[in-house]
Amino acid sequence: MARASYPAYYTFWHILGEYALKLSAWLVLFFLILPILVIIPLSFNAEPFFSFTQGMLQLDPEAYSLRWYQGIVENDNWLLAIKNSFFIGIFATLIATTLGTLAAIGLSSDDMPFKRAIMALLLSPMIVPLIIIAAGMFFFYTKFSLAGSYLGLIIAHAALGVPFVIITVTATLSNFNRSLYYAGLSLGASPIRTFFDVVVPLIRPGVISGAMFAFVTSFDEVVVVLFLAGPGQRTIPRQMFSGLREQINPTILAVATLLILVSVLFLLALELLRRRSEKMRGLDDTTR
Amino acid sequence: MNTPGTFNDASDHYLQFKAVQKSYDQVTLVVKDFNLDVSQGEFLTLLGPSGSGKTTVLMMMAGFESVTSGDILLDKHPITRTAPYRRNIGMVFQNYALFPHMSIAENLAYPLKVRKKPKAEIESQVARFLALIELEAFGNRTPGQLSGGQRQRVALARALIFNPSLVLMDEPLGALDKKLREQMQLEILRLHKKLGFTVIYVTHDQTEALTMSDRIAVFNDGVVQQCASPDVLYEQPSNAFVADFIGENNFLPGVVEHVSDDIADIKVSTGEVIRATRVDCGDSGSDKVTVAIRPEKLFILPTDHEYDSAITVKLTDRLYVGDFLRYFFELPDGTEIVVKYLNDHAAPRIAVGDEVQLVFRARDSFAFSPM
Repeated sequence: MARASYPAYYTFWHILGEYALKLSAWLVLFFLILPILVIIPLSFNAEPFFSFTQGMLQLDPEAYSLRWYQGIVENDNWLLAIKNSFFIGIFATLIATTLGTLAAIGLSSDDMPFKRAIMALLLSPMIVPLIIIAAGMFFFYTKFSLAGSYLGLIIAHAALGVPFVIITVTATLSNFNRSLYYAGLSLGASPIRTFFDVVVPLIRPGVISGAMFAFVTSFDEVVVVLFLAGPGQRTIPRQMFSGLREQINPTILAVATLLILVSVLFLLALELLRRRSEKMRGLDDTTR
Repeated sequence: MNTPGTFNDASDHYLQFKAVQKSYDQVTLVVKDFNLDVSQGEFLTLLGPSGSGKTTVLMMMAGFESVTSGDILLDKHPITRTAPYRRNIGMVFQNYALFPHMSIAENLAYPLKVRKKPKAEIESQVARFLALIELEAFGNRTPGQLSGGQRQRVALARALIFNPSLVLMDEPLGALDKKLREQMQLEILRLHKKLGFTVIYVTHDQTEALTMSDRIAVFNDGVVQQCASPDVLYEQPSNAFVADFIGENNFLPGVVEHVSDDIADIKVSTGEVIRATRVDCGDSGSDKVTVAIRPEKLFILPTDHEYDSAITVKLTDRLYVGDFLRYFFELPDGTEIVVKYLNDHAAPRIAVGDEVQLVFRARDSFAFSPM
């Protein structure tokens, strides 16, 4: 690695500033990442403790085990929570993505009245404190007997996911050249056909990343679940929450490690998709 | 290349605008009372400064803007109530508007696919048009892999491949550099000659309009100022705006002294009386007029050219442009006059500050009411 060469006009203070900047950046990274990384080895702890044992520190193979992972598989509560999380997450994502994409397209039109007000309203789940939303939803959904049901949770999580989809799709649409839509019409395709043949393929990266955000939002949401879910709808975060209070053992760490893995896989998938779609566009400036 | 006058009188009313108006806010008219007859196979250009309403007219034809009042007829059928995708009008956009996620061949095939043509026919048509624009080897590439000129050729082919009743071009060469633009002008004309389609071409580049069009409709202020073949537009402008907008012109302010038939005697600020062709100026004495004379129609005395008017001016500057010379004169009231001379042995040798007489013929000078 080449040594960083500083511009000739740099004084001692400039260089000191550079080092201070680098140091603070590393510190931030350290405090953000370390708590997450620490969980991973601890989840392989052979003892029911939340700390490193003497054996673990000496890298004794005996001190490590997969017993907490086995604990997940053997525990019906955990299995149900995992199933629920995916079930609710996937359906909430589908609803949020469809509605969010359509909303973003509508809001990008020049003819749309009250654009700002509608946008603010749709984005409000992201800004209003979650506890207020959850309480409101609880009272409202109870009236429709949606509290304590899968449908209620799916709708609630969809509402929480919509803002992310709107933001990412709106960003993609701002790069979308309207004359491509006109071109589709002039070539004889109906507006709906043009939408599916031209608009959808070009905003797909935004739709996909919005969908991923929506899924993650649902996947780690706990406040709304605490209010709305019955015993049958426990999700992973909800199960972890009660696990922390009731039976303290490293099963939670094992679940957390699995969640980290899922998140990393998600991020990788997102990046791959982004690269692929960029390649498909051929780094194209005709879309601008 | 153009046959002036061919389309002027014998229009077959293929495309007709009848009193078309457009307003965005229901208060101001962007297009006011637009009337035009276009013949089948004609290359008609809408030329005008930006904001003159020419693009709005194009958008109304394509159906992307509604018509506030009036009618547009294509082949005798009103199209104002037809959806854009049912009009069968091809359009070439300034930024090409090629679908970036489709290959070149897919882009060309798209209008045919939408029209549910048989697969074999689509393939042969695509191959034919790829050959026509000399991009046979590029069918599998994406638009992002082509140069600007190549993309514009593809956009052109895509707008033509479905045999549209009309092709609209909205400043299609605006994004290209000068050399490429000139190549593409010839390319478009070649295809136009070969396929015989009807073109409505929008540009603000008058050189482009003059070299390409059968007729040019000069637009300003939402109104067609004059619609004529390029040579008529240049040689017989029908008002001061057209005289100023097309090519270079000198404008002399003056007052009408006397009018007989189509000749007006006009007193200019030097006190001299000149004779000019009367176009749209008033006929009573003391009406204000502006006289337009092209820089190449003015001559410095002594000259062999015939003339019937003269004005006395003072040389303020001389510009050497290589193949020709530009002389800048000034009238006592500050009006500037430019004269253009070929840079040959006949070019007059005069010094800055010299007083000379500029002469011209009445048929080369035009008296307009001032803008």
